[in-house]
Amino acid sequence: MLPLGLFVLWWMASKYGWSQSPLLVPPGKVWATAVEQTTSGQLWIGLRSSLWRDLAGFTIGASAGLLFGAAMGLSRLFENTIGPSFHTLKQISLFAWIPLISVWFGLGDTAKVAFLSLAAFFPVVLNTFEGIRSVPRESIEVARVFKFSRWQLLTKVVFPSALPSIFTGIHLGLVYAWLATLGAEYLLVSGKGIGNTMIDGREHFWMDLVLFGVIVVGLVGFSLTWIAGHVEARLLRWRGTSVAQF
Amino acid sequence: MAHAGTLTISNLSKQYEVKGEVLPVLKDITLTINPGEFVSIVGSSGCGKSTLLRLLIGLEEDYQGEILLDGGRIVGTSLERGIVFQEHRLFPWLSVEKNIGLGLLNAKVPEEEKRRSIQEHIELVGLSGFETAYPYQLSGGMAQRVAIARALVNRPEILLLDEPFGALDALTRAHLQQELHRIWQQESITMILVTHDVEEAIYLGDKVVVMEPRPGRVRRIVPVALAHPRDRAAYEFVRIKEDVMREFIGQPAEEVIEPPLRAHDAPSDRLPSTFRFAV
Ligand SMILES: Nc1ncnc2c1ncn2[C@@H]1O[C@H](COP(=O)(O)OP(=O)(O)O)[C@@H](O)[C@H]1O
Ligand SMILES: [Mg+2]
Repeated sequence: MLPLGLFVLWWMASKYGWSQSPLLVPPGKVWATAVEQTTSGQLWIGLRSSLWRDLAGFTIGASAGLLFGAAMGLSRLFENTIGPSFHTLKQISLFAWIPLISVWFGLGDTAKVAFLSLAAFFPVVLNTFEGIRSVPRESIEVARVFKFSRWQLLTKVVFPSALPSIFTGIHLGLVYAWLATLGAEYLLVSGKGIGNTMIDGREHFWMDLVLFGVIVVGLVGFSLTWIAGHVEARLLRWRGTSVAQF
Repeated sequence: MAHAGTLTISNLSKQYEVKGEVLPVLKDITLTINPGEFVSIVGSSGCGKSTLLRLLIGLEEDYQGEILLDGGRIVGTSLERGIVFQEHRLFPWLSVEKNIGLGLLNAKVPEEEKRRSIQEHIELVGLSGFETAYPYQLSGGMAQRVAIARALVNRPEILLLDEPFGALDALTRAHLQQELHRIWQQESITMILVTHDVEEAIYLGDKVVVMEPRPGRVRRIVPVALAHPRDRAAYEFVRIKEDVMREFIGQPAEEVIEPPLRAHDAPSDRLPSTFRFAV
């Protein structure tokens, strides 16, 4: 309802000339830009490289986060030795890593992917760790009564029990990685991407292009969350509540 | 099948430490349980019945005294000893049949036989048609029946039951009491049943151990020398029941009254708990 209302307001504002600002472009113009960007293939070039980086960074970060979180949850030794450093590092704002990353990896794709991985890494680690540590003692006792091996305990009790929490982490990781994808294109300006398209638009006062970019970014974020929600609902069917409700 | 051993509990004491203070839970429990015997344990809430079962199953290592099985000290858990916990403790991510299958996960039985056995036990507890249901789809009583099936499916030599029928309606309870009795007779499993239902304790038990609280001790052991099947209305039965009930008199009232354990799924057809121990 709210988006619809805003849209009507926007449309009327430009139609009746309530504002003369060049920043207020009529919806029709944005639509024309959308058509132009889509048919000319410009959109796909930017979107493809952004999405590719997003998925690469997310995959690396989430996988590393899963392993790291599991190690921290399962091994007291690991937690006690590496844990404190991790908890200190996670306090640092994500964007504060940018200078360091650009020194290590430059300004190209590698640096961007490294930044995205970091964005996805932290929430996945934290939630995996949390999930493993909150396996109920009662469930572990059941496993002891039935003489589960360590491997059985891990695969049949600890992992399924931690899964909802792990999913929360992955979900967050997905969102953070996408936000970081755009952040990286702003801060490590070079190459192509949907963020770069928007920067171009801003620099040339092409508000229609900027707005079109905002819409595309929103739609991608929405789709990623939607897919994750559905995968989650499917795998966690046993919880009996649908998590994917939009 | 293999036969159960003699369980000898002597001078067993157990305490927990709560915020630096020692809380004695069990004191000087001495009890012998013969192979194939059915022992009922009754006692007010908090007198250490669940703790006693946890010790017997091997989940608690820190205690004084001795728990011997055929002369050997019990160390850790064993597939030869099974338990139905007071809460169902099903795994929410597994279906009914998979939950029951956990009981056979490490049993040395061919897959084919496992499947058949699981199906038999689903039927035994009256849950045919719910094989693929998840625990969230079950009522408290149904979940508890799954837990009973899970404990029975690998036919332990000693089976411990912690108020297993508490959440069931009267009909299901009577049915499962009978089934339990049948399995006990057929397979000479040693069974130890904790219950707050004195009638159930006498109906099933060869003897009834009455415990008293703070710290948990054995107050009296009442033998039940009645032939099966037992008639709950028979003179002898009622006499024993009165005998057991009398052991509760003289205990402070609030300890006699057992609060409902799971208020939300307590069956409505039962007397309020206040009346349960009133003769
Ligand atoms: N892990 C524990 N830590 C501290 N106290 C406990 C623990 N488990 C049980 N208790 C205490 O031991 C007493 C006996 O508990 P329990 O064996 O569950 O009694 P019952 O099964 O007869 O109701 C209670 O007072 C309870 O609070
Ligand atoms: Mg108890």
